[in-house]
Amino acid sequence: MHVVYPVVVAALLFSIGVYGVLARRNTILVLMSVELMLNAVNLNLVAFDVWLRDVLHGGQVLTLFVIVIAAAEVGIGLAIVLAVYRNRRTIDLDRLRELGEPVEPPVGDRG
Amino acid sequence: MTTAATVVLLPFIGAVAGLLGSRWPRGRSRTEENNARAARRAAWLAIVPLPVALVLLGYLVWRTRVGPGLDWPPGTFYADLLPGFRSGAWGVIETGGVPITVGLQIDGLSVLTAILVCVVALGVQVYSVGYLRGDPRYPSYAAFISLFTSAMLLVVFAADLLVLYVGWELMGLCSYLLIGHWWEDRGNSRAAVKAFLVTRLGDVAFLFGIFTLGFAAGSFRIADVLAADLPEGTLVAATLLLLGGVAGKSAQVPLHTWLPDAMAGPTPISALIHAATMVAAGIFIVARLFPIFPQPTLDVLGVLAAVGMLGAALAALAQDDLKRVLAYSTISQLAYMAAALAAGSPGAAIFHLMSHGAFKALLFLCAGAVIHHVGSNLLSHMGGLRRVLPIPFWTMTIGFAALVGLPPTSGFFSKDGVLLALEHSASPIRLLLYGSALITVGVTGAYATRAWLRGFFGEQAPLEPAHGHAAPPTMLWPLVVLTVPTLLFGFLGAGDLALGSAAVTLVVGLLGVAIVLAAWRAAPAADPARLLGPFRAPCEEAFYLDRVYDRLVTRPTMALALLVVRTDTSVVDGAVRGSGQLTLRLSRLVKLAQQGNAQLYVTGLLAGVLLIVVGAVVL
Repeated sequence: MHVVYPVVVAALLFSIGVYGVLARRNTILVLMSVELMLNAVNLNLVAFDVWLRDVLHGGQVLTLFVIVIAAAEVGIGLAIVLAVYRNRRTIDLDRLRELGEPVEPPVGDRG
Repeated sequence: MTTAATVVLLPFIGAVAGLLGSRWPRGRSRTEENNARAARRAAWLAIVPLPVALVLLGYLVWRTRVGPGLDWPPGTFYADLLPGFRSGAWGVIETGGVPITVGLQIDGLSVLTAILVCVVALGVQVYSVGYLRGDPRYPSYAAFISLFTSAMLLVVFAADLLVLYVGWELMGLCSYLLIGHWWEDRGNSRAAVKAFLVTRLGDVAFLFGIFTLGFAAGSFRIADVLAADLPEGTLVAATLLLLGGVAGKSAQVPLHTWLPDAMAGPTPISALIHAATMVAAGIFIVARLFPIFPQPTLDVLGVLAAVGMLGAALAALAQDDLKRVLAYSTISQLAYMAAALAAGSPGAAIFHLMSHGAFKALLFLCAGAVIHHVGSNLLSHMGGLRRVLPIPFWTMTIGFAALVGLPPTSGFFSKDGVLLALEHSASPIRLLLYGSALITVGVTGAYATRAWLRGFFGEQAPLEPAHGHAAPPTMLWPLVVLTVPTLLFGFLGAGDLALGSAAVTLVVGLLGVAIVLAAWRAAPAADPARLLGPFRAPCEEAFYLDRVYDRLVTRPTMALALLVVRTDTSVVDGAVRGSGQLTLRLSRLVKLAQQGNAQLYVTGLLAGVLLIVVGAVVL
């Protein structure tokens, strides 16, 4: 199988992931989109590992690492989402704006 | 040579030890007992070096009694008395240009002046123990006097102009510190600053004069400068610059205004400044460098002296403050010395300097005793003190007699020497000098008699004695001791006495005395200064010179300073504050982007990455 097929699939997956991260409002869906991006990367790693006939199979090893990290990340991410939901009764990203600057910033005149 | 260095260093060591050691070990609480102990220790540290220095100076007199001298004009008394000359150096400081020689020189002029300095300083130190009893800052005060003495001795013995300048500047510093001793009073610290600034104005000119001489002669050593064959123009320029420093330190006419204000300091300090150290330095330096002073410079000095002696004497006649009377008298007497120098007779100038040093120190210390008793400087608060203060009365009488120039006091001989020098000088302004000096002799008699009568005769003032007890013996002994040189020093110059000129001087002086006496007998309660008539107010204000300086110098300077302050706040500070505010305004723009929408941030991040990638690929 030519390497182009998995690369194109991975690119599509990644694009879907980016779209999800940028455009979805639901935090869980954003998390899932991040997973999509990670898996696109995994697909690339495995495909190039095979295509380059790596003796040490670095690509596959790295993939295992990414899977483990992705699992941990999802665990933490879902825990945060849960905590946010308990506190605010919403997980809508557009409404979670407490980190931003207040709309009317109190600016002092003296430096 | 080592002896001279020891003489200079002894008071210096005393000063350092007094400053560092009188409260040692540190950290003791400032209780009364500890203060008294520190004062006792400081007094010993200040007094002990001076008798030792005097003994060493006696040895130097013995060493210089014979020897090949320098070329002084004939009849210069110190060169006749002690013709020896020695000099030595402890090293040469390479400056890249003209080197500086760290050396001292000993001759009759320096040894005799040093003896005067040490005697007066010793009297002042002993006197101060009583005068400043209980003053918590006495240790530093005594140490500064020691430093002052040491600086003057350095000026006296220096063999190099820049070494001399070190002592010269140290004296300026010490006068500032001592005049402002009671700095809690704003007026006193102002007077100290005024003394410092006015003398500094002269010192700048003095320093440039030294540079001019040093670079022209290729050496800063006094002997080399005197020996160098310099062109007339250079000499005139250099000596005129030197004259600026002389006028500042010796309180000559344009720069004399600091001296009356310097009365804000403790009275012993006035005695020290007026008799031995500060003001003597100016006359001394002219005498030291006299051979290179060309006629034009001497003429300038003569005109200043002629104006100064009469003006200051008239101002002294109208003052109500006893110390200011003495201060103007000092300016007037210093002008005599300057006149003698201008007339070409450094011997007469130094002779008068030394006799004046003795009797003016005596007068100031007596005035200190009187002020100590009365608690006021003003003559109108005094009166009838001759029964209450017998010792100050008699010693001050002798001092005033010397000031007027009555025989057999030293003032008679020295003043006569000055007038004789003026009469017979070859100076083109001889008549001006002689006439002014003769009138001043009369005015001197008048103001001395006035102060004497107002202080010691008439009705006793109803004031309570401020200190409640008589002056301690440490204040009376220096008075008695100082009467000895006041009475006897003059006989050193008795051989040069010219009877005719002396008689004229004496008659004029007695005339001044008689006029004031007559005025006083007519109305004992009134101030004899009324004799001045309409000139009384200008004389009391010293001819408004302070006001003129205030208009011409002080106020423009203050206006300029205010302008600088305003520029500083509006332009410099404005730039700093403005940049801060500009940053704040810009940050408001940037803040618009930070809304808290995480997805917007990520979009921005991605856009940035894309931009970089595209940029990297394309470029």
